[in-house]
Amino acid sequence: MKILVCIKQVPDTTEIKIDPVTKTLVREGVPAIMNPDDKGGLEFALQLKDKFGAEVTVVTMGIPAAEIILREAFAMGADRAILLTDRKLGGADTLATSKQLAGVARQLEWDLIIAGRQAIDGDTAQVGPEISEHLGIPQITYVAGLEYNPKTETYTVTKETEDGHQILEFKGKALLTCLASAVKPRYMNVGGIVDAYSKEVEVWGADRLGLPDEELGLKGSPTKVVKSFTKELKAPGQIHEVDAEAAVELIVAKLKEKHII
Amino acid sequence: MNFNLNKTQELFRQMIREFAEKEVKPLAAEIDEQERFPQETVEKMAKLGIFGIPVPKQYGGAGGDNIMYSIAVEELSRCCATTGVVVSAHTSLCMSPILQFGTEEQKMKYVPKLASGEWIGAFGLTEPNAGTDAAGQQTTAVLDGDEWVINGNKIFITNAGHADVYIVIAMTDKSLGTKGISAFIVEASTPGFCIGKKELKMGIRGSATAELIFTNVRIPKSNLLGNVGEGFKIAMMTLDGGRIGIASQALGIAQGALDETVKYTKERKQFGKAIAKFQNTQFQMADLKTKIEAARLLVRSAAFREDEHVANPKVNFSADAAMAKLYAAEVAMEVTTKCVQFHGGYGYTREYPVERMMRDAKITEIYEGTSEVQRMVIAGKLFGKIK
Repeated sequence: MKILVCIKQVPDTTEIKIDPVTKTLVREGVPAIMNPDDKGGLEFALQLKDKFGAEVTVVTMGIPAAEIILREAFAMGADRAILLTDRKLGGADTLATSKQLAGVARQLEWDLIIAGRQAIDGDTAQVGPEISEHLGIPQITYVAGLEYNPKTETYTVTKETEDGHQILEFKGKALLTCLASAVKPRYMNVGGIVDAYSKEVEVWGADRLGLPDEELGLKGSPTKVVKSFTKELKAPGQIHEVDAEAAVELIVAKLKEKHII
Repeated sequence: MNFNLNKTQELFRQMIREFAEKEVKPLAAEIDEQERFPQETVEKMAKLGIFGIPVPKQYGGAGGDNIMYSIAVEELSRCCATTGVVVSAHTSLCMSPILQFGTEEQKMKYVPKLASGEWIGAFGLTEPNAGTDAAGQQTTAVLDGDEWVINGNKIFITNAGHADVYIVIAMTDKSLGTKGISAFIVEASTPGFCIGKKELKMGIRGSATAELIFTNVRIPKSNLLGNVGEGFKIAMMTLDGGRIGIASQALGIAQGALDETVKYTKERKQFGKAIAKFQNTQFQMADLKTKIEAARLLVRSAAFREDEHVANPKVNFSADAAMAKLYAAEVAMEVTTKCVQFHGGYGYTREYPVERMMRDAKITEIYEGTSEVQRMVIAGKLFGKIK
């Protein structure tokens, strides 16, 4: 079993600073971490390694300094690490990013691709599903549980939904996007940390992807960020102390006023 | 000269900080209150390889260095000094002398199990009448055929009752003084060995501190560590390493108290403003921060020197370790005392961790050589032989 895990380095902050001119993230001075959902996905992959000897490859696209999360992945137990980094890939939106990562996936052998649900810097939750579309494989999002049965070669997945969960079973290749809340990622192992920097991180450039230049980076990104802002705190709500019937009338009236119903 | 951690050490610091914050800190008040050994944390640390940090891979360790080990004790102690000393006593006082003085057979038998955390280690030197004057050993070991027979008592032994292996110092020939002292490896399961009175302590209350009682404890002749008569030297050299562990513990306690106090003084308002805005707070805290950084440099430098010693046993780090421990321990006591003061009445209660940290800090000025002993070691190096 070979698993490809997509991970991303993100700023560890809830208050993301945005460059007012370029409308992109300011990364200087903000501690960078492995995106929590991606770390959850890596944990799922490593559990399959523990139980069934899966070979786990991690890939990240980013600046050269993103290498550290690949070292962290080594120290957690990943077998192979690829850093996709190239100036040509800079400024990529989710479409270009997913094409680029799918480009990496096409060069590798894998049975399963695991990604995080979404990154805490962009919160789009688009890259994982888009990779699966580019590769033409099924996708299961919001994964909170993953089991494998080697006899039947089937995976059983728990997918979280708004009001509960679904249990899905599948065979063959697929892409899963995982939830950080569903699993407690392991800590880096001390011996793994000692070895992490003696292992090779493969550095790939845009030329490895076999994609035309116009599909890469900023050129391949149709998304334009018009405006970015830090969410402001809402004013406190109103409290009406009325009985149930009056409460229903009040709520209905308010919803009508806002044209919601 | 480079004062930065290397990439591996930095990655390790990231892991151990996260582990301490998430797994150790939430239990710190509880294990102190209940005077309970943190067994569940010990198991988690074992799984991660924290009990075998500076141990070569060939003996089942992580293959790390003493700087990483020092960072581990510091970061654990920043959240819980008890957890820090469990690792320190195990690593410096039991595993390290076996690695340094053991035969290949002893290393292969004991170190892998200790490094994996399957076994916990401890060290028995102190006796009721042999504390700072460690040469006054009354525990005896007598060779009887193929076995050593040990009789006597040890007190104040860290990890006692939870350890599986003890390094035990005993008198083999009283007429030779310190040259008649030898070191032994004793397994806890040996008949005649038992744990006596458990101490009720001021601080590090989750750490098990108890008496060891030896009644005709027979161990194989092959469990002698080093040569006959080398026990005092082994004990003193073991304590050199141990002192770096305790210095790291003191540093962690001081840093933990400072971090808590920065947080508190920014939140606590008196006279209409956060007390962190008062210059008295700022100046005093600036001094404490400076002292902690000075202590950290001494501790890191001593750990660096110990790594040099591992590569080249001719390198002596006794005075470096003594200076690191002396300074870090006194800084820890000063920092925690002042941090309690910054917390005012709340600082005297168990509602805030600085109360525990102040109690925990005190022991760092006492065990593995009191501050006075450290001064003796440093002065000894400074003056050499005085005619």
